[in-house]
Amino acid sequence: MMMFYWISLIIVSIGFTGLLFRLVKGPTIADRVVALDAIGISLVSIVALLSLIIETEFFLEIILLLSILSFIGTIAFAKFLERGEIFDRDNNR
Amino acid sequence: MQNSLREERFSIETTIVNILIILLMSTGVLFSLVTALGLIRLPDVYTRTHAASKSSTLGVLCVLLAAFIHFWLIEGIFNTQMIIAIVFLFITAPVGGHLIGRAAYMSGIKVAEETVRDDMEGALKEQKKKLMDNKTTEQ
Repeated sequence: MMMFYWISLIIVSIGFTGLLFRLVKGPTIADRVVALDAIGISLVSIVALLSLIIETEFFLEIILLLSILSFIGTIAFAKFLERGEIFDRDNNR
Repeated sequence: MQNSLREERFSIETTIVNILIILLMSTGVLFSLVTALGLIRLPDVYTRTHAASKSSTLGVLCVLLAAFIHFWLIEGIFNTQMIIAIVFLFITAPVGGHLIGRAAYMSGIKVAEETVRDDMEGALKEQKKKLMDNKTTEQ
């Protein structure tokens, strides 16, 4: 069973390397943001596999934290791409 | 060390749970690999968003479910945060993909040459026309 977890971790890491390739190469900024979003999600599964391999449950709190941080980062980047600023200011008050 | 010794005990329940974990984990890992393949091979931001949001969500969902079942049925730890993380990822990952695609279209990134039809262009023109009409009526 431990061997199976190790093989899964290696395959997910290969996928992670492919996402890093897109993050470095991506022609536009949106490509890089998409790659960063996928990297955040892939990191969650890597943490879950690591906690299975080391046999500890303390890593499981990181999963929720990483998913929330990844989502907030994606939204911030998307707003920045769309408007050019992250926080909307209402100047007409 | 004691945990791993306890895990070595061969009982029919452990075998069934291990088969379940192996099935879920294989699906998840396969979909993670498909995500990377799609992000490398597809020609366009929008198609890449499609690959990155859907298949990676399913992949991480299966991996987290396998980890949750392992900790619950083999180690005896019922972790509620895992359930929250699974539901949260299931809701938010496609939303993030949609937002990136929309922002990419708004910032003027071209679609790929193979694209057959582009509905967003007509919708944007209609919206802009409606906005202009509203402005003229206000003045």
